[in-house]
Amino acid sequence: LPGTQPTALAHCNVDCTSENTDCVVVKKRLVKLVVNFLFYFKTDEEEPLGALLLEQCRVEREDSQVFSIAFLDEAERKYLFECDSEEQCVEWIDSIIKASYEFMRKNLIFYRTEIHRLTGKDPLEQYGILDETRFQVSNGLPLMPKDTSSM
Amino acid sequence: MKLNERSVAHYATCDSPPDKTGYLFKKGERNTAYHRRWFVLKGNMLFYFEERESREPIGVIVLEGCTVELCESAEEFAFAIKFDCAKARVYKMAAENQAAMESWVKALSRASFDYMRLVVKELERQLEEIQEAAGGGCGGAGGLQGKENGVAWTKPAISLANGFGEGASSYVPWEGNADSGNGSVSGGSVDGMRPPPVPPRRRGASLESPVSPGTGCFSKLHDWYGKEVEELRVEWLQSQ
Repeated sequence: LPGTQPTALAHCNVDCTSENTDCVVVKKRLVKLVVNFLFYFKTDEEEPLGALLLEQCRVEREDSQVFSIAFLDEAERKYLFECDSEEQCVEWIDSIIKASYEFMRKNLIFYRTEIHRLTGKDPLEQYGILDETRFQVSNGLPLMPKDTSSM
Repeated sequence: MKLNERSVAHYATCDSPPDKTGYLFKKGERNTAYHRRWFVLKGNMLFYFEERESREPIGVIVLEGCTVELCESAEEFAFAIKFDCAKARVYKMAAENQAAMESWVKALSRASFDYMRLVVKELERQLEEIQEAAGGGCGGAGGLQGKENGVAWTKPAISLANGFGEGASSYVPWEGNADSGNGSVSGGSVDGMRPPPVPPRRRGASLESPVSPGTGCFSKLHDWYGKEVEELRVEWLQSQ
């Protein structure tokens, strides 16, 4: 496997806010996007200080160079990131939105359904993976987790 | 290492459909007995709960870059989740029967983000080909707009609709998918036909080199989970 290259390495100021929204501490951190995790490091250190799992979150543009990440279960709390440029900010927002397993899954389901609609064929059939649960199209109803241990 | 624990736990227990759930026996880290836990696989995360009804997971295993193999064990139907990183813990598991073991091994070995991305890219490519063949037109097929990555948020205009399309395209039932209950369908944007955005390019998996932050990162995540302390305490008490 090829050596690891960070997808995007940027110096961002991470605001890990306390409950008091007036108290904004700005810290410079190295931020690295790895699959659906956003790791942050003190610059020059090898071990990360922490990570954010990027599922069930919302990314918003706050300012020309600032974006925020908020999580569904705690919508009021925003993690703020300041980038070096507007361009960088746009790029980060885009990358983070796409860095979600659930987001990819939805894309896949869309493509699968659309290809089937256009061609009459299930595109996953040729790969023999059409029965994998992660690729399933639901009946549109909200689902309760099922015990699939017998599968 | 810090983690947004609450949000991770939320992901584990929210109503996004899991890829697989069931009881498995997991070998303890210190106490080498196998403990029966309720496992929930969502995406590339394998959560485990003390009981099926537990409200919060007691641990999580990030499955990125792992290999899943059958292993020799006194325990029947045993398999192991291993990682490239020498520091990473090996997770020894056992299923309740042969079928469950095979099913879990298969599900876990394909649970990575990279695998999903591979399949998405392939289908995206196929769809492009089909559209080009159909005369280049349509500017693309419906996609996911907006900034949420899987959450129906407060703005219905760009939130993901549950159920495919708003009457535009019909849901196509798959033949032979008895267990079709997995994964909510989010239709393309109502007005539209735009292709989903291209997934970001990445160079290979993130866990090859021992000095790569990626490797260290994930094994640290495995060590995390404050609640696992509770599990250890339970194990310790039981051993008294």
